[in-house]
Amino acid sequence: MSMWRGSSNLLQQRNRPNQPKNSSVRLPSLRVRLVALGLGLLLVALLSRAVYLQIYKQDFLEGQGEARYSRTLRLEANRGQIVDRNGEPLAISTPVKSIWASPADMAPIEPAKLQQLARLLEMSSGEVQEKLADQRREFVYLKRQVNPDLADQIMALKIPGIAAQQEFRRFYPAGEMMAHVIGYVSVDGKGQEGLELARENMLAGRPGSRHVIKDRRGYIVEDVAAIEHPRDGQTLALSLDRKIQYLAYRELKATVEQFKAKAGGLVVLDAHSGEVLAMVNLPTFNPNNRVKLDPAMRRNRALIDLFEPGSTLKPFPIALALEKGLVHPDKVFDTNSFTIGPARVRDSHPEAALSVTGILQKSSNVGTSKISLMMSPQEVWTFYDELGFGRKPQTGFPGEASGKLRPYKNWRPIEQATMSFGHGISLSLMQLARGYTIFTHDGQLLPISFLKQTVPLPGRQVISAETARKMREMLLTVTQPGGTAVRAQVLGYSVGGKTGTARKLENGVYNRDKHIASFVGFAPAHQPRLIIAVMIDEPTEGSYYGGLVAGPVFSRVMAGSLRILGVEPDQPHQNSIIPTDAPEIREET
Amino acid sequence: MNAHLIERLWKRICQPMDGWLFLLTCILFVLGLVVLYSASNENPNRITNKLTFIVFAMTLMWCIANIRPQQLMLFAVPIYVGGLCLLLGVALFGEIVNGSRRWLHIGITRIQPSEIMKLAVPMMLAWYFQKHEGHIGWRQFVIATVIIALPAAFVLKQPDLGTASLIIFSGIFVIFFAGLPWKVIAVLLIGFASSLPVVWNLLHDYQRRRVLTLLDPTADPLGDGYHIIQSMIAIGSGGIFGKGWLSGTQTHLEFIPERTTDFIFAVYGEEFGLVGNAVLLLLYLCVIMRGLIIAAHASTLFGRLLAGAITLSFFTYAFVNMGMVSGILPVVGVPLPLLSYGGTAMVTILTGFGILMSIHKNRPLLKR
Repeated sequence: MSMWRGSSNLLQQRNRPNQPKNSSVRLPSLRVRLVALGLGLLLVALLSRAVYLQIYKQDFLEGQGEARYSRTLRLEANRGQIVDRNGEPLAISTPVKSIWASPADMAPIEPAKLQQLARLLEMSSGEVQEKLADQRREFVYLKRQVNPDLADQIMALKIPGIAAQQEFRRFYPAGEMMAHVIGYVSVDGKGQEGLELARENMLAGRPGSRHVIKDRRGYIVEDVAAIEHPRDGQTLALSLDRKIQYLAYRELKATVEQFKAKAGGLVVLDAHSGEVLAMVNLPTFNPNNRVKLDPAMRRNRALIDLFEPGSTLKPFPIALALEKGLVHPDKVFDTNSFTIGPARVRDSHPEAALSVTGILQKSSNVGTSKISLMMSPQEVWTFYDELGFGRKPQTGFPGEASGKLRPYKNWRPIEQATMSFGHGISLSLMQLARGYTIFTHDGQLLPISFLKQTVPLPGRQVISAETARKMREMLLTVTQPGGTAVRAQVLGYSVGGKTGTARKLENGVYNRDKHIASFVGFAPAHQPRLIIAVMIDEPTEGSYYGGLVAGPVFSRVMAGSLRILGVEPDQPHQNSIIPTDAPEIREET
Repeated sequence: MNAHLIERLWKRICQPMDGWLFLLTCILFVLGLVVLYSASNENPNRITNKLTFIVFAMTLMWCIANIRPQQLMLFAVPIYVGGLCLLLGVALFGEIVNGSRRWLHIGITRIQPSEIMKLAVPMMLAWYFQKHEGHIGWRQFVIATVIIALPAAFVLKQPDLGTASLIIFSGIFVIFFAGLPWKVIAVLLIGFASSLPVVWNLLHDYQRRRVLTLLDPTADPLGDGYHIIQSMIAIGSGGIFGKGWLSGTQTHLEFIPERTTDFIFAVYGEEFGLVGNAVLLLLYLCVIMRGLIIAAHASTLFGRLLAGAITLSFFTYAFVNMGMVSGILPVVGVPLPLLSYGGTAMVTILTGFGILMSIHKNRPLLKR
């Protein structure tokens, strides 16, 4: 057919060297050849490039491609609840969504939709536009942790490039009263403080995963492997009692405010299991709103701050002397001030002579020193060591303090003396409270637990049950008329305990104007149920004596807690608390 | 009875056409539709649209093929002058799209007059040289340069460096075939090379960035380098045999930008691999060979020059596009001939083919 006529004989033309120079018939043959050569070279260049990309660089480029579409998505596990010993929720996770956008994939939003979006996000249109301004970014959070209904409304606007992401928000119903115990999680749901951090592994659960193919806009196109479901975190049942905790918080707060103190701490322990029923620190913070978070508020003072306990330590050397048979409760000591080397030991309310019971009741430094010096430094040190002073109490809490107990080899006699009334040794409030379990649990030192125990953890016998009983009897006199802590009495119950009023050590010097008032006690004194340790840091108004500052708050928390636990009064007929006629004994240290 | 009529009609349809060129065009169109179906994520609308364009462009090609070259020559000046006027119109009233002024609204539709110039300039030059056949001297070459420079300047001003270069190249091909002395060529080449630094300074910022991106696309992978990186990944991950039709991950996950138009070669490379690329290059080579043969056999200087320029322009489109997509040339907006989606470029190319066919059918049948 005519259509196919005239296929070429170009080569013949080219091969005719003596072609007449009639330019009107043929194109210049050299130029055609040159052009053909040029085209050939360029085509070879293209082909070489294809070979380079598709053979030499294939693996690399294929990997690059995969890196752009293959994704492993995390499926968040629901964080475990934290509940108190009665199952009341203390930390719960609620599902929320975070709204994010990919400005790179967004066309300009219609003004009406932008306004709706801004209204839902509670921002101005300008703010939203500002967040979306950088057209090169592919991930910008518009708002984190919004409630799922709101997220659904935002997604219903169907603005391309805006997506919602499943997250969980942690809520703490007990708020600031539990803040130090529970701690909190970061915005990404990781434990940051307190039990949230200490028990992260148990609470966090295990996230699942999904292997997917995503397109350029980040939309999931398909799953390429089976979904691995997340495993939710476990529920953490605490030993704490929400009601006692609330009571302790309320009373400690009132006391700190009343005496204009810098800080305060209070620990309530079960006298027979070592479980922590309450632990309060002031100042505190609201874990649900941590915008203005001062580091001072975050300190879990009862566990991480050390202080010189002062007189609240006196029962320990006396218990040791009793245990060793060196003294008995009625043995009388000369309690006139005396000198050890260059230093003089004296009492703020000097008496000529006191029995061992009296030494405790009146908080005599002289008497305690003399008793302590009846023993060798090694014996005293070994006892303190057995009580866990200088060791971490192993509560599992992050950052708990071990206390400071110097090695006995370089104890001088004056140091051994001051250490007997709580100077030259530092403890945390928790360590001090734990020490008192040897008096309440028949001589056994109990481990401290923040978790609810079904079977009590075994304690370690430190002193005999008999010594413990004697100590309880002696400590009972402290709250009785003539003792240093009559204000620590509880209506209907007998109370044993010991006050402490210690000057604060600042830069190696004891400051006469700054005190720590403390009280550690237990009730009912004969069959203890609870131990409560209170510490008030720098009371500035009214008083600074342990008996006057820490005693009353102890009394109120103890009274309320015993009622909450339904403990039967052991002195139902005693209904006068503070005999107004009897002089109150105030001690220093 | 009717058979005779149909046979005559068939002959009438076939008569102006060049079989080889027609066959190659059809093969390329089929290939283009196959790739487009995949590149558009199996969107049948794109296919029907492209088919409509094909039918329109083919009809236009057939009509032009029916026109004798002598008549085509008559159109050369009016088209060129008209094109210049339209370019002037664009410069004055043009519509700004994506930062450059390229489009002109004329009543019902909008057109891109620079596209017309891709054919008008070689036609005008061929006409001019034909007119001065036999005594082509330096004066003619100077005037030819002006003929190229005028529209090129307008287009450069839009700014559209890609189209301007293509217009300049189409003109240069004509001048070259017209016999521009080698000495002049040598001087021009040296002059061009030494003026490159000056040209570099005249370039727009975005144009300079495109060239720099070519040297190191990873310098700005999310910005300027994004297109090149994505298309290189697509082509490279195709390997020797490709991932198969409709199975290109980079294509279907929408990583390749402009994948139905300027970057369709990346889709093709990913799904058909090195083998596919070789086949495509071979097809283009055949088209170019056929074009050069037609040019070589043309009876008039006008025919030879125009056919040569059209063929080489076609090659330039193909080379520039594939070079850009595979990362050896800077990014310029040139579609892949006959494969890319988009009507304007296809109409231009098939108009050129129509001219080629017209030139071929009307060569003198000297010894017959």
